[in-house]
Amino acid sequence: MPVRATVWRGFYQDSVVLMHVAAEVRALPGVRLAAALMGTPANHELLSSAGLATPDSKNATAADLVLAVDAATDAEAEAALAAAKGFFDERRRARESTGRALPRTLDGALKQMPDANVALISVPGDYAKLEALTALRRGLHVFLFSDNVPVGDEVELKRLALAQQRLCMGPDCGTAYLGGVGLGFANVVPRGRIGCVAAAGTGLQAVASHVATLGEGISHGIGVGGRDLSAEVGGMMTFFALRKLADDPSTDAIVIIAKPPAPEVMPQLDAAIRTITKPVVVCALGAAVPASAPATWVTTLEDAAEAAVAGIRGRAWAPRSFTDAAAVRSRVAAIAAGARPRGALLGLFTGGTLAHEARVILEPLVGPVNIDGAAPGSAHRVIDLGADEFTRGRAHPMIDVAARDSRIREAGAAADVAVLLVDLVLGRGAHPDPGPSLAAAIRDARATAERDGRTLVAIASVVGTDGDPQGLARQIAELRAADVHVLPSSAQAARSAALVLDPRLASRLLSA
Amino acid sequence: MTAMNVGAANREALERLCRARPAWTAVRPAREAIGLSGRTLLHAGPPIEWKRMCWPMRGAVRAAALFEGWVRSAEEADALAAAGEITFVPCASHGAVGPMAGIISPETPVLVVEDRVNGTSACSFIADGPWGHQLRFGAHGPETLAGLAWVRDVVAPAFATVLEREGPIDLASLMAQALSMGDEMHMRNAAATGLLARRLAAPLVAAAPNAAELEKILRFVTRDNDQFFLAWSMCAAKAAARAIEDLPGSTVVSTMARNGIEFGIRVAGLGERWFTGPASVVDGLYFPGFTAADANRDTGDSAIMETYGLGGMAMAASPAVQKIVGAKSFADAVQTTRDMGEICVGGNPLFPIAPLGGDGTPTAIDIRKVVQTGIVPRINTAIAHAKASRMIGAGIATPPSGPFVDALVAFGERYPA
Amino acid sequence: MNTTDVMPQEPLRVVNVGLELFARELEAQGVEVVHVDWRPPAGGAEIAALLGRLGD
Repeated sequence: MPVRATVWRGFYQDSVVLMHVAAEVRALPGVRLAAALMGTPANHELLSSAGLATPDSKNATAADLVLAVDAATDAEAEAALAAAKGFFDERRRARESTGRALPRTLDGALKQMPDANVALISVPGDYAKLEALTALRRGLHVFLFSDNVPVGDEVELKRLALAQQRLCMGPDCGTAYLGGVGLGFANVVPRGRIGCVAAAGTGLQAVASHVATLGEGISHGIGVGGRDLSAEVGGMMTFFALRKLADDPSTDAIVIIAKPPAPEVMPQLDAAIRTITKPVVVCALGAAVPASAPATWVTTLEDAAEAAVAGIRGRAWAPRSFTDAAAVRSRVAAIAAGARPRGALLGLFTGGTLAHEARVILEPLVGPVNIDGAAPGSAHRVIDLGADEFTRGRAHPMIDVAARDSRIREAGAAADVAVLLVDLVLGRGAHPDPGPSLAAAIRDARATAERDGRTLVAIASVVGTDGDPQGLARQIAELRAADVHVLPSSAQAARSAALVLDPRLASRLLSA
Repeated sequence: MTAMNVGAANREALERLCRARPAWTAVRPAREAIGLSGRTLLHAGPPIEWKRMCWPMRGAVRAAALFEGWVRSAEEADALAAAGEITFVPCASHGAVGPMAGIISPETPVLVVEDRVNGTSACSFIADGPWGHQLRFGAHGPETLAGLAWVRDVVAPAFATVLEREGPIDLASLMAQALSMGDEMHMRNAAATGLLARRLAAPLVAAAPNAAELEKILRFVTRDNDQFFLAWSMCAAKAAARAIEDLPGSTVVSTMARNGIEFGIRVAGLGERWFTGPASVVDGLYFPGFTAADANRDTGDSAIMETYGLGGMAMAASPAVQKIVGAKSFADAVQTTRDMGEICVGGNPLFPIAPLGGDGTPTAIDIRKVVQTGIVPRINTAIAHAKASRMIGAGIATPPSGPFVDALVAFGERYPA
Repeated sequence: MNTTDVMPQEPLRVVNVGLELFARELEAQGVEVVHVDWRPPAGGAEIAALLGRLGD
């Protein structure tokens, strides 16, 4: 029962570090609940609702760290707090032993590295604009991973960037490739001739990974942030990036990856594409294809990669539903032969673009899908766990895998969920070994469903390359060992889910 | 106020601080040098009234009232003050600086330092009683008053004579030399005191009234107090800082001062306005027999040293002060100087820090940077006894961040978009 | 600052403000990076907006 908390004042730690220390503390004997959070208003609410708020913790500010523990005994709570202190002492010792003092500001960093050319910014959203403004004023290009940044701030930043002739990649930009270097969450892909402009972080990861698997590489992958092609932002950075890639001698084909651009922006996008002589592929998930499009418009991320590769190889290309239709056919038949899955689809995604692509593919096949508040009454749901509302003050679900794992277990107990659709995104920055815990969560969910006399089918796709640190083959094997149906792309996984929900779709999807 | 203007104004502030070349030019009574008249007393720190003053400052007020002859006992002094018969004004607002309690009265002889480059000047009392009986710590007994009278009647005229004959004494080069000898000129002034004594010794022979007084003066300057030069350091820093007390558009700190109850700052672009917060508990080393429970909170105008780019800003240049104020190690002192660099506009080439490769001491504290980083200026300081008139230790004072935030908000209002 | 530098010149030289893990990933790719020991400003998010306006 005892809840103990300590507050370390003026002791800031980022969300990933806090995730690690909380995980370490949770694993200690007697600890039931533990939280390591900065004292922001949102986090104070979290602590209260988890029953971890104490009189000590209540006056912590955003610059103060709260360590709260609910343990079986006082002694175990004390031991847990002491262990957390040890964790931070160890980090401090490790840092001090390198001898180099870390600067406290970007300007301090520029004293150490006067010729810096890129600022990679991932501070909490409230403070992101200030850091990005400073970086742009100093003449740096900006990679702005932070989300929860108001759109007015984004407009101001991008206007300044354009005036400075600098990239402002983001806010809400998860991935970029510049000259072969991956920024943020980035799969290990070779350098090559295909350039990307992506208003869609995991979209860029997926396209880059498919390109690599097809034997080609990426010249530059310029992320512009999820909101760039909105009416307010007007595609500022997209058009800037397109010109850069059009002029870049190392880029032979360009892929544009986005959710559907705002109608106000479409004419300008069309016009911009028309000025480019290199092959252009547009994947604007769910956008209506323009009547006479100079570019190749595709509907899936996988198709974007295939079309671009075909473009630089001078080959023809056509989309197809499945890489291995026979395998899908037999799998679906096996499911249909057993207890018919009854219920709807639940998609739990860590990649926003992948979530959207899933919905775009599913809706024509199985009807309305509830995502981002759209179609709230619909039984089929797709949730993007990387969206702003889920990531305030906590690490992204590609790093903090526990967030999704617990929802998966809950889904096992839900009587109305028949098909669970997930993505697994590998690459630099992501969790070093997410497969085992995802597989375990799915096993548990399916076991719970089975005990209740229900069938829960699990379908997944893995975004990754052979070069990724997690080991692509091994991660896929972990999932398959838990009887997860793993498809080679997110689009194929979504189609496969549709087939399980409605086997009559076979005639449309499996005829090839 | 466009973004460029704040930066430009701040660079101008840094330039004025760095080009200052203070020199000691005169000794005069405060009534002449500062224009003090009637029953007015200057005090250290931001504005404060008698009833809120801490014990050391009240003790110093008693000493001053007795010295001026306004009263004949400490009790009468208290009554006079409580009745509102004494006007209390911050030294900082009158071109003066007072260490610790910092009480300056009309008859107090003050040293006058002028900076001919910026056209500014500043004053402070030369001395305030023998060691152990100093007005600055609240002493007001017979030894203190005898000491104050001796300074007025013997030391001040002798110094004035030296200056008349020798001309102004250049403090800028003296301080630069002292820095290279391990002083940071707030809590360690040993080298600077020695250098000043060297300048004064021979001329004092002719300027002192007789051999006995000459010996007394020389002992006073050379042996009894390693911190003798502090008043000169503070005047030099204040003279330089006065050049930025009214610099529109600048977010640089022009004054930092404490009165034992409150810590206050003023900002170049906000003129006379004070921004205050609670004076901090000093974290330091205590002389044997004393502990933090005995200590008065942070007191004095000597934070003008850090405002100018010395003291805590120059920790890395002064291994000796590290021991005095309880810094954990040289690495710690280096980190302090680096941290100070993060909140300052630039460095002062007049004061290069040899152990850091000759970079100038961090100078011109920018309140934007203080607010952004959460790094507040680190102030090396003496610790006064809260209820007895003595120094009981030395340490590092960390001021509250509130005044810096308040000043930034006020700056935003004063200079709207 | 190179005003004709419309793409960052190679090699990339990066200042990392935020999650330390991103700095480590860059180092693993052989990129020179300086990590900033960042903390939120005193006074919260409104102060951040004021700092942005008054910054240079």
